[in-house]
Amino acid sequence: MIKTFLRAREAILAGAILLLLALIAIRFAGFIAPANLANVFNDTAPLIILAIGQMIVILTRCIDLSVAANLALTGMVVAMMNVAAPGLPLIFTITVAIGLGTTLGMFNGLMVWKLGIPPIVVTLGTMTIFRGTIFLLSDGKWVNSHEMSAAFKAFPRAMILGLPVLSWIAIATILLFTLILSRTTLGRAFFAVGGNPHAAVYAGINVGRTQFWAFTISGALAGLTGYLWVARYAVAYVDIALGFELDVVAACVIGGIAIAGGVGSVGGAVLGALFLGIIKNALPVVNISPFWQLSISGAAIIIAVALNARAARTKGRIILKRAEHPA
Amino acid sequence: MQPAATAAAMTPMLSLDGITKVFPGVRALSEVSLQLYPGQVTALVGENGAGKSTVVKILTGIYQPDGGTITLDGAAVTFPNAKAAADAGITAIHQETVLFDELTVAENIFLGHAPRGRFGLIDTAEMVRKAAAILHGIEAAIDPDTRLRDLGIASKHLVAIARALSIDARIVIMDEPTAALSHKEITELYALVEKLKAQGKAILFISHKFDEIFRIADHYTVFRDGQFVGAGAITDVTPDALVQMMVGRAVDQIFPKRGHKTGREVLKVVGYDHPTEFEGINFTLHQGEILGFYGLVGAGRSEFMQSLFGITRPAKGVTRIDGAVTVIRSPADAVANGIVYVPEDRGRQGAIMALPIFQNITIPSLHRTSRHGFLRLAREFELARDYTTRLDLRAASLDTPVGNLSGGNQQKVVIAKWLATQPRVIILDEPTKGIDIGSKAAVHAFMAELAAQGLAIIMVSSEIPEVLGMSDRVIVMREGRIVAEVAGDGMTPETLVRHAAGIGAAA
Repeated sequence: MIKTFLRAREAILAGAILLLLALIAIRFAGFIAPANLANVFNDTAPLIILAIGQMIVILTRCIDLSVAANLALTGMVVAMMNVAAPGLPLIFTITVAIGLGTTLGMFNGLMVWKLGIPPIVVTLGTMTIFRGTIFLLSDGKWVNSHEMSAAFKAFPRAMILGLPVLSWIAIATILLFTLILSRTTLGRAFFAVGGNPHAAVYAGINVGRTQFWAFTISGALAGLTGYLWVARYAVAYVDIALGFELDVVAACVIGGIAIAGGVGSVGGAVLGALFLGIIKNALPVVNISPFWQLSISGAAIIIAVALNARAARTKGRIILKRAEHPA
Repeated sequence: MQPAATAAAMTPMLSLDGITKVFPGVRALSEVSLQLYPGQVTALVGENGAGKSTVVKILTGIYQPDGGTITLDGAAVTFPNAKAAADAGITAIHQETVLFDELTVAENIFLGHAPRGRFGLIDTAEMVRKAAAILHGIEAAIDPDTRLRDLGIASKHLVAIARALSIDARIVIMDEPTAALSHKEITELYALVEKLKAQGKAILFISHKFDEIFRIADHYTVFRDGQFVGAGAITDVTPDALVQMMVGRAVDQIFPKRGHKTGREVLKVVGYDHPTEFEGINFTLHQGEILGFYGLVGAGRSEFMQSLFGITRPAKGVTRIDGAVTVIRSPADAVANGIVYVPEDRGRQGAIMALPIFQNITIPSLHRTSRHGFLRLAREFELARDYTTRLDLRAASLDTPVGNLSGGNQQKVVIAKWLATQPRVIILDEPTKGIDIGSKAAVHAFMAELAAQGLAIIMVSSEIPEVLGMSDRVIVMREGRIVAEVAGDGMTPETLVRHAAGIGAAA
């Protein structure tokens, strides 16, 4: 039942995306050519990966504002590592990226779990700390394309079966976390903790530890994205992905992830990210100022939240027996 | 105002006559009467559920009575809202004082009626001066500029009383004012009550503690099950007679008959101590037994149970399950060792509304429906179907979110969830609080059935008929300690009330 309900919500969003594509196609038919759509997907891949991590954090009634700073710090570290030792195998670079991101995420999680600091405060703080650390590491200098090794830069762009590796990583992330959320005890715990933390405690679920794992996952995905981002754009500096955490949260909200926790799906987060990605890519080609992009994204967030609030309100209390099993 | 003369004392300042209040399915008050006299203290006595707090809410305008009259100074009045009651000079000081932690003492005292200066702005200097005067008048050494959150509970009570005086309250309701106070603070409160009496205030004093009732009350009124039982001068009554009036009831609830065949020992708790909440808790529990835990609210029963269940840790204490020492560090340990806890606030602590029925049921049992952290959905459905069938829960699909079910069915989901863990010991905290008589009977029948199947049950309850009707043995707690353990013929309402209220061991 909840699945059909969520599916219905996702169906509305999918419908909105199709409508958006149709409107764009009227102005510029080339936008919906399969090759271009694949490009849009590839361009949105980092947002998709981060939104999935953020979705899990939001499920547990927390928020992670440090994802973009985590991404930037991890990206800088692997870029500098690549400059220092260009011969290091790629698998090592990726492991370091995921490992460092995970560590940063665990730090957030520990602050929330062991010290009981509100997540928004913790991650607002670590967001600034991570950015500051990049400056300390790099002295504010850029790592530019010509300093990076060819293998380092090529990986996200390598084509497999017609799609770049970056896209494949996003697809793999979608599949992996769909599985984790629906088929593992940890995934179930995320929903339980966000849905009713008191009940979760009595059911033997450690609320703090579950939130810790959510932050850890979000951190790991941010770290992975850090490498992909720096390699794809072939540049690393203090301010990369500045403010991107707000896009990530916006994707989740548009995707129907309840900010109060306990409700959400991987599919919703992905659709929310795609919605934003399409707007961002389409506006320039249909000659709309990029400044409109902000207004449109903002309007989409408010509409999505209003729709969710309406859905929650119409239910009311179930007192009538016959209302218990709506068709 | 001069101290009340004898003649004035005969005329009540406030009188409730034939007050009735009906809630859906419950008659909370049935034609009760209550008189408050100027310059005198009336103690309102009764068990939990007797209707005391309903009366307080009617007096303060929060509830409207469905019948009866309220007479103030000889004229009939109504209190359609809280402001009307406050304007009539009625104020209540609650157990959990309703004040604002982040405001100063003076701001708390004058919130809503602060003295105004130029341009209608609050005249802070005047407010602080007035607050200091009032606090001085009740001999409270509190700086009006202190933030409320920096004060202890006793001082907060004094602030609440100062607030009552600041609005010229003539009728002061004190709802268990001493529940959280130390001995010294209680003595100071008594002195304050004497002062209020001298000022001619009429005081309604609600308390479970007999020593203080007999020390400061001039009159008593007893309610039982929403009915008026008796009233009179405190000098004309003995503690024993009051206890009789409180508990002496007609048998109006029928409890399931149970054969008292308890098996071997399942749980033994030795020397549970907590620095602030309880100490010296020792007891045993047997298969098929229902062990009642009786006490006043705040006696430490729920706190101890939460610690036994691993939510909070005791400083000391040993749990033995089937004779083997078992360390329970978390609720997960407790569930894994066959102990489950059904908390009091099932709305807040029970079901997860957004999740489907089957997921709610399997949450504490996931270790049995998963392998290496991966869920086995077929097993989950099987488990959920098994227990929903047993409890006769009919829903279109086990995929239905629990939020879409009726209250009764939500409760069944919660029960199914705990039974599905196949517990050996089940702790029920106030299992029938706030549910109607019919549902109570169903819960009681179900408890009897579980006990008959060999489950050991701990029932925390503040309702004497339930404790006596369901338990094989009863442990009474008072102020964090076990003060009595009674069984068989020793289980009488009088013994429970005496021990819980701390009226000597004369009986």
